[in-house]
Amino acid sequence: MTDRAAQREAATRDAVETRVSATPDRIPGQPGPIARYERAIIGTVSVVSFLIFWEVIAQIRLMPELFLPGPSDIWRAYLVLLKTNTLGRDIWVSGQELLVGYGLAIVVGLPFGLLMAWYKRLGFALDPFVNFFFATPRTAMFPLFLIWFGLGLGSKVAIVFLGAFFPIVINTIAGVRNLDPALIRMARSFSARDWDLFRDIVLPGSVPFILSGCRLGLGHALISVVVGEMIGAEAGIGLMMANAGSVFQTARVFVGITIVAGAGVILTLILQKIEARFQSWKPQP
Amino acid sequence: MDVGSSTEGLRNNAVSRVNLRARGVTIHYWVERANAAFLAVDGIDVDIQEGEFVAILGPSGCGKTTFINAVSGTQAISGGSLTLDGKSIEGPGPDRAMVFQQASLLPWRSVRDNVLFGAQMQRRLGREESARRADHLIKLVGLGGFEKAYPSELSGGMQQRVNLARALATNPRMLLLDEPFAALDAQTRELMQDELLRVWEEEKTTALFITHDIKEAVFLADRVIVFSARPGRIKREVQVDLPRPRGRETRRSDRFREIEDLLHDSIQEEVLAAAKRELARGAA
Repeated sequence: MTDRAAQREAATRDAVETRVSATPDRIPGQPGPIARYERAIIGTVSVVSFLIFWEVIAQIRLMPELFLPGPSDIWRAYLVLLKTNTLGRDIWVSGQELLVGYGLAIVVGLPFGLLMAWYKRLGFALDPFVNFFFATPRTAMFPLFLIWFGLGLGSKVAIVFLGAFFPIVINTIAGVRNLDPALIRMARSFSARDWDLFRDIVLPGSVPFILSGCRLGLGHALISVVVGEMIGAEAGIGLMMANAGSVFQTARVFVGITIVAGAGVILTLILQKIEARFQSWKPQP
Repeated sequence: MDVGSSTEGLRNNAVSRVNLRARGVTIHYWVERANAAFLAVDGIDVDIQEGEFVAILGPSGCGKTTFINAVSGTQAISGGSLTLDGKSIEGPGPDRAMVFQQASLLPWRSVRDNVLFGAQMQRRLGREESARRADHLIKLVGLGGFEKAYPSELSGGMQQRVNLARALATNPRMLLLDEPFAALDAQTRELMQDELLRVWEEEKTTALFITHDIKEAVFLADRVIVFSARPGRIKREVQVDLPRPRGRETRRSDRFREIEDLLHDSIQEEVLAAAKRELARGAA
C-alpha cells in the first residue's frame, strides 16, 4: 500500500467516525424556535402596519373624509349604525338570503353533479344547460328574478342559488371524472353495486373537488347577495351600501364592505375546517 | 391439438375436482380509434384443479390480463365457455377474488378497512366475524400493528400485502393474481413471493397467477401455462415438480434452472415475434 493510499484510508475512517460520534450544532432543515409562529407574526405585523398607515393617511386628510375615511371613522360609523338598529336587520336579511341560497345550492348541486358525471347519458342531456348558465353572468338574470320572485327574499335567494350552484356542479363533475379507474374496477370485481360505488368510492374520492367547488361557490354567493340587493331589495347590507354610497356616506360603505368580507372569511374558515376533517388520511406535508 | 388432449388427459386422471374450466375462450376488444374489433385471446382451453396453483406466463400485451379479467367476470368473453365449479361465469362473484397489479387501495380507508372492503361489498360475513378474519389476515400477511395505518403511509410491498389480504378476506374459492409483484423492486418481489407461498400453504385456495417473470412463475406454480404473443393462445404447458414448501433452496436447485431454461426458450420466441410485429407496424 502506498503512503497516499494509507493516508486516504485513514482519512476516510476518521470521517466516518466523526460523522457517527459528532452531535451537530444545527441540523440543516431543522426549523428554528420561532419558525412555527413566523407565519402568524409576519401576517399580523403586516396587517397592523397597513391599518396604521391607512389611519395616518386618512387623519392628515390628504383627501377629504368624504373620499377616504380612516379605520377609526369606519368604526364610529359602525357604532352609529348599530344604535339606529337597522344594521342588525340588514345583516339578518342578507344572512338569510346567503345561507338559504347557498345551502340549497349545495343540497341540490352535489347530487346533481354526481348524477351527471356518473350517468353519461344524463350528462349528455344536461351539459348544454350547464354550459349555457355557467358562461352567462348570473347577475344578468336578476331582472327576471325580480319579476318572478319580487323585491323580498325570494329573488335574492334565487340569484345566490344560481351563483353558487354551477361552480359546485362543475367541480363535482370534475371530481368524479378524476377518480382512479383502477379503484372502480377493483370495487366492481368485488361485486360492488352502484350504490356501494357511490358511497364508498365516488363520494369520498371526489370530496377534495367538491369542497373546492363549495369554496368557489361561496365567493359567487357573496357577490350575488350584494349585487342583488343593490339592484332591488327592501333591506340588506347591499341595499344599505347602495343607499350610503348615493349620499356620500363613505364610512358606511366601508362598514358594509367589512361585514361582507368578514362573512366571507368566516365561512371560508369553516369550509377549510371541514376540508381538513375529510382529509386526515392524506400524507402530512 | 396436443394441448387439448393433454387437458383431456388431466381431467380423466384427476383425483381432485376441476375448479375452473375454460373451453375455446375467445375475447375480442372494440378499439375505438381503429373502429374495429381486435382479437386479444384466442381459443383457450384450460382446466384448473381444486387447490392447484397455476401461473400464466407470457410477454406483455399477450392477453393474459384480459383472460384473468374474464375469469374475474369484469371482462365479457366473445366465444367459448368459462365455468367455475360447473357454473358459467357471467359476472363478478363472491367465489373469486382478485389481487391487482396496482394495489388499488382506498386512500381514505385504514389498512383494516381496506382489507374488509371486498367482504363488505360481497356482504359475505357478519361484522364481527369479518373483523376477526381481517385481523387474522393482517397478521398472516405480516402487517400486524399497521391495522390503523393509511395506504399513503405504507411502502409498495406493504400495500401489496393489503391487496392480498383484501382478496383472502372474502374467502374465495379461487384467488386471481394479476402480476401483483411486477411493480416492486427485485428484493421485495422475492420476499413477497416467499410470503405468498407461506400464506397460500395455509389457505390452500386455488390460485391463478399472471406474470411475465419466468422465475416467478416457476417458483410459485404447480403448472405454468405459456401464452403466445398477441393474440393470446396456449403455447405450452409445463408441470413444475419442485417439492413444497419452497424457499431459498428451491431457487438455487438445478431442477429450478432446468424448468426455467425450458420456459425461457419458449417465451423468447414469443417476445421476438411480438417485437418483430411491432417493428413491422412501425415501418408500415
